[in-house]
Amino acid sequence: MASNSELIDVLVTLGDDHLILGHRLSQWCGHAPMLEEDLSMPNMALDLIGQARNLYSYAADLEGRGRTEDDFAYLRSDREYRNCLMVERPNGDFAHTMLRQLYFAAFMKPFWERVAAGSDDRLASYAAKAVKEVSYHVRHAGEWVVRLGDGTEHSAARMREAVDALHPYTDELFTVTQPMRKAIEKGIIPDPKDIKDDWMVTINLVFNQAFLAVPEVAFPQQGGREGLHTESLGHLLSELQYMQRAYPGLSW
Amino acid sequence: MTLTLTPLWEVFIRPRNGLNHKHVGSLHAADSELAMQAARDVYTRREEGNSIWVVASSEIVASDPDKAGENFEPAADKVYRHPSFYDIPDDVGHM
Amino acid sequence: MYSQGLTGEQSELEETPEFLAAFQARIDREEKIEPNDPMPAAYRKTLIRQIGQHAHSEIVGMLPEGNWITRAPNLRRKAALLAKVQDEGGHGLYLYAAAETLGVSREQMTEELLCGKAKYSSIFNYPTPTWADIGLIGWLVDGAAIMNQVPLCRCSYGPYSRAMIRVCKEESFHQRQGYEIVRTLAEGSAEQKEMAQDALNRWWWPSLMMFGPSDSDSVNSDQSMKWKIKRFTNDELRQKFVDATVVQAEKIGLTIPDPDLKWNEEREHYDFGAIDWEEFWRVVKGGGPMNRDRIAARKKAWDEGAWVREAALAHARKRLEREAAAKEAAE
Repeated sequence: MASNSELIDVLVTLGDDHLILGHRLSQWCGHAPMLEEDLSMPNMALDLIGQARNLYSYAADLEGRGRTEDDFAYLRSDREYRNCLMVERPNGDFAHTMLRQLYFAAFMKPFWERVAAGSDDRLASYAAKAVKEVSYHVRHAGEWVVRLGDGTEHSAARMREAVDALHPYTDELFTVTQPMRKAIEKGIIPDPKDIKDDWMVTINLVFNQAFLAVPEVAFPQQGGREGLHTESLGHLLSELQYMQRAYPGLSW
Repeated sequence: MTLTLTPLWEVFIRPRNGLNHKHVGSLHAADSELAMQAARDVYTRREEGNSIWVVASSEIVASDPDKAGENFEPAADKVYRHPSFYDIPDDVGHM
Repeated sequence: MYSQGLTGEQSELEETPEFLAAFQARIDREEKIEPNDPMPAAYRKTLIRQIGQHAHSEIVGMLPEGNWITRAPNLRRKAALLAKVQDEGGHGLYLYAAAETLGVSREQMTEELLCGKAKYSSIFNYPTPTWADIGLIGWLVDGAAIMNQVPLCRCSYGPYSRAMIRVCKEESFHQRQGYEIVRTLAEGSAEQKEMAQDALNRWWWPSLMMFGPSDSDSVNSDQSMKWKIKRFTNDELRQKFVDATVVQAEKIGLTIPDPDLKWNEEREHYDFGAIDWEEFWRVVKGGGPMNRDRIAARKKAWDEGAWVREAALAHARKRLEREAAAKEAAE
């Protein structure tokens, strides 16, 4: 079905963002700075993985070739993954992880709000649920960025390092691929440029309280949307896909 | 208030409207907002409620168990506070 | 579940024979003991040790299963495993809080774990080399834990009993999750079935050891039974576990690695072979394959998280100062 191919592409792209970030967050489980956070991070990871499953399943249904959510997650290569580079960046320290979460959630919240009112019913229903989840992610990650930015001198320095390291990857959130352009025209998803102000408001609000400055980025990094990833994605996938690659075609 | 150890908070959850908040456990958090978020993440993962209270444990005033006798036992013989103390003929109906 | 401030460590308490008899009488009447109640020092000490060990077991127990979160074979399993390991963290949290009502802080307990003074269940010192291990841990290790934990819901110490009620409620999905994984493997390809059998061979005996030494060798058992901290002996619980598990293994066509295992008509229980207690003590004392790695991982998380915990406290202090300053300015 040619008319669906753009939507399938968009769903898989979104699914990739959510799966990869959920996977990254899940790596913290059992290793968090405090026990309470050993529960908070998996909660967010489970939200993201749940959203990825919805998105892949929808793509699989539209495609109608008998593929499943797992085929999308486990049987595509590095070059076929469409996630933005930011979500695949290694966890780094807790400052990096919380900042990355804030950047992503602050984008997804207005994005999902508009999709929920958009023209595709099934996606809108997923979006309505996701809005609630991601609103909490903004709050949780935002509060931590404030505490680390306005905590000790040491934590403030780490927070600034995280901003320097991750801010160059934020531009890619706002790029538009060809399939996205079609979905925007059909009113299924919003044009990212229309939510940039919302994103900026959230980031500024948090940064002001955290005594952080939005840096000038000389060299924005992107490429994930075209399947050109940093080196860390390959390693992430080799772990994620290990079982399906080592034992092809089995049920687990 | 000197903060050197991460304080303890008591968590109360209301399972649904119409019920009381009930003590469900405790957790550690540096401040009230983190305590609230941790309470949400730790104690409501299975739809346990729709409202949370967190209270710094240090703010709770508890009765002294050594004074349990003087506090609670004097109520024991005030039987006239209970409806079953009074004799009412059966045929007057429910009262 | 109450603050340090609320838990009077009753130092001036004199443990006269009358006091001890009255305390035992309360226990015998099935009255729950609550944090502020007068209690014998040994009762407090036993509980701190046991609840602390139990909490540590949950926390260290996150590691062997956490080892497979990033490699779970499909998204459904990945979500379930993550939720399960997260639950273990929650259980550790409830239990630390229960121990804190006895006048010991979480920081103290954590330090005792990291320096090797406090123990945790030695089952977690075995590695999880294959995906089947995740199934086996759920089925056998959680199965054994449930046998232990259900009676603890009636423990004489109120906060411990309440924490255990919560834990047991949440644990009910864990064993089913594990058994479903093992069953899928057992009904899968020859390779998968072999993976399951291999894991059963490795986990069976350590699971039986989870119930602790035989009653004849158990030092803490008698007094704990008298105080109703424990309700069944180690051997009673172990027998219950064997009886329940044999059928489950048969159902999916796996073989329990014990040639001496057979139904005893007279006892109406399964007889089983001798446990290698030397191995048990070796692992308890630090000689298991993963003892060092487990503590190293916990220590790394604790040490590397220190700056985050400090930052949160520093921020909280700043807030209090700012609030105080604002209040002063307003007056």
